[in-house]
Amino acid sequence: MERRKIGSAWNTARQQYSIFMVLAFLFVICSRANPNFLSIANISNISRQLSVTTILAFGETILIIGGMLDLSAGSVIALSGVLAVASFKGAVAASVPVWGALILSFAAGVATGVACNIVNAMMITNFKVPPFIATLAMQTMARGAALLYTKGQNLLRLGDFVVFGQGSIASVPTPIIFMVCIFIVTWYTLRHTRFGRSIYAIGGNEEAAVASGIAVGRVKYKAFLFNGILVGIAGVLFMSRVNAGLPNGAINFEFQALTAAIIGGTSFSGGIGTAAGTLAGAFIVGFLDNIMNLTGVDSYVQQIVRGAIIALAVIYDIWAKGRRRTRSSLGDIDKKGVTA
Amino acid sequence: MSNEIRLRVAGITKLFPGVTALDGIDFAVRKGSVHVLCGENGAGKSTLMKIINGVYQADAGEIYVDERPVRINSPSDARRLGISMIFQELNYIPELTVAENFFLGEWPVNNFGRVDWRAIREATAELLQSEGLPYSPGSKLRDLTVSDIQMLEITKAVSKNCSVIIMDEPTSAITQREVEALFKKILALKARGVSIIYISHKLDEIFRIADEITVFRDGKAVGTRDASEFSIDAVISLMVGRKLENSYPKESVPLGEDILEADGISGEAFRNVTFRARRGEIVGFAGLMGAGRTEVARAMFGLDEISGGTVKVHGRAARITHPADSIKNGIAMLSEDRRRYGLIPMRSVRENCSLASLERMIYGGYLHSSEENSLVGRIFDRMRVKTPSLDTPIGSLSGGNQQKVLLAKWMLRDPDILILDEPTRGIDVGAKYEIYRLMTELVKDGKAIVMISSDLPELLGMCDRIYVMSQGTVTGELKRDEFSQETIMKYAIGAMDRARGHSYGAA
Repeated sequence: MERRKIGSAWNTARQQYSIFMVLAFLFVICSRANPNFLSIANISNISRQLSVTTILAFGETILIIGGMLDLSAGSVIALSGVLAVASFKGAVAASVPVWGALILSFAAGVATGVACNIVNAMMITNFKVPPFIATLAMQTMARGAALLYTKGQNLLRLGDFVVFGQGSIASVPTPIIFMVCIFIVTWYTLRHTRFGRSIYAIGGNEEAAVASGIAVGRVKYKAFLFNGILVGIAGVLFMSRVNAGLPNGAINFEFQALTAAIIGGTSFSGGIGTAAGTLAGAFIVGFLDNIMNLTGVDSYVQQIVRGAIIALAVIYDIWAKGRRRTRSSLGDIDKKGVTA
Repeated sequence: MSNEIRLRVAGITKLFPGVTALDGIDFAVRKGSVHVLCGENGAGKSTLMKIINGVYQADAGEIYVDERPVRINSPSDARRLGISMIFQELNYIPELTVAENFFLGEWPVNNFGRVDWRAIREATAELLQSEGLPYSPGSKLRDLTVSDIQMLEITKAVSKNCSVIIMDEPTSAITQREVEALFKKILALKARGVSIIYISHKLDEIFRIADEITVFRDGKAVGTRDASEFSIDAVISLMVGRKLENSYPKESVPLGEDILEADGISGEAFRNVTFRARRGEIVGFAGLMGAGRTEVARAMFGLDEISGGTVKVHGRAARITHPADSIKNGIAMLSEDRRRYGLIPMRSVRENCSLASLERMIYGGYLHSSEENSLVGRIFDRMRVKTPSLDTPIGSLSGGNQQKVLLAKWMLRDPDILILDEPTRGIDVGAKYEIYRLMTELVKDGKAIVMISSDLPELLGMCDRIYVMSQGTVTGELKRDEFSQETIMKYAIGAMDRARGHSYGAA
């Protein structure tokens, strides 16, 4: 009996933590390969660069777990970012004190992210548009709106707006603080709330979730609300970090976010994924990019490597799932003492 | 039946990591005979059939066809040797036509690589006619019933000169009348010299067709005998390795007030249905497939719309438009389609069990893990759920244990009314018995149970009252002392013959 328990515990551990082992392994390799890798400046720099897409990745994780996704994140960043910048500039011009303008602009960014995602949720739940199509439509609309509002011009001279993306608290850069806080909130939400349990159930089997009394539509709205807040925050951080309101910025950010989620073990068939996995996925990509930069790997080659890693992550996932299925095809007498 | 052996396996052993799934199986099928395999889920029947059909390869042992040793490395090898399998869950493409399905994967092509559809249609039409099947080659599969498709699969196998047909639980999803048609077909196949390996849990029906019976337990063939030398009790005790005193643990329970009343309700597939259930009562719904029983249950639970009539719960009118409404009213439902409406396959048994009662473990803003573990653990103990751990994905349990977890999910809510739609379909005898035992326990607690079942002995054994449905209406109501299979079938079929007997009686 004891051996069985140890065997199955080891299996569970291997299934759940393999991604973190990969991350640790990569960390060791990177620090061996280049002494600069381990410097606080470098690590802090990697984290700062990753922060915006990682924040998006947490939103995508929740959506993918629920059997959905958001292709509009990059465009909505552009829209919410430029609106945040514009409201900051407007408020300062109307001699609102700087702290008031900061709060106002932050709120404007988040509100825009939320508004766009409520429309996404409405298309998906009320009009039954597939999430892929609904958010693809929003991607185009939000980009258009950002360009329309700015007449295609970049907004410059942001003044104190840069504190969101370039400031720091106790010498920790603010974007990293945001990323860590959002990670904790996402982890908590998935692990500790009814919403979290419901979203896993919906992604795993929507009809069974309905039959268990879960108000599926409401849960989907909440998922997009959550995603909207994150996209809005990401918009503010991004524009602030680059010190400009870029209506053409953040293109393809949603794909970087999806990459992190997928590498982190979130399953596109729904029902599987964790916040910690996604964080690890984001850092695996970040470490790889960084070490390839430090060792002077050609940037085109870098892209190929990144793509190959997505494919490998998913192939591994499918392979591991297949193994589990073969073993379980016997009913409940298996899964014991399997240490191979 | 002759004594000539068509298919024989000797010493078949199959190991899966950590388990011996099959342990030296010897087994033979005679020409033109029906050989029935029984055993609990996980006993090894399906694994053996998959080896014979080439899906798995044995780790040791030999397979002989007509006493010549053969190697079967894939289902197409099996097909070439004249072995074909009709799976329990028929996999078919709903948009295909009958003709396309018949030639699936082996469409005849002309010299330019163009598929010869006319030849396909003509060949199919001829075959359908010679087998007396009443559909056209152009009908889409989605317009046919499960039983029609099963017949097609059998016809397809026979048309390809298969001499051994494996049927895995062929009657688990078809009606009594369709079962009769299937049995007739099986007799006809036997007469042609076809051998049939027939896997079933339904002990009463296997005795009607079996020539020989082999019982499996824990990866071993524990007994093979001529059917005439076996009895149901003997088979059961071999299967479970213990004696079942009484397969229906029915106890008489004092009945309380009406807690569920439906008065003239109508929906898409039923009309003017009136029934009631009292505290302590098990109310059955009998009828053929398509009679509207499942639809009534779904509507009562809020999955489908009720377009007319009133529903009262605890004597008060209740408006039910979503399962959340019925759950609030103390109603729970176990669906007939476990995979579609029950399981979240990749999530743990713990999460599946908690899903309908999240407010019992998630309150005050966070998940009380230890409370969840003890609630779920206690209910699992009470229901004797066998699972390696609470973290095991529910999809990897056996059917019987999955069903127990789903039932446990509702028990955790402590509902007053349980609607059980085919609660024992496709699960092994041991698990069935546990579910009956639990039902008895529940009604003793003053709950009401509404049970839909296509297994008549089960309804007769467990219910206090049975409503019979046909063609979307209730055609009969029987008290326990009026129960008989014949009466129920009369009510179930009677209306059907009047209304549209044509589509069923054909095969």
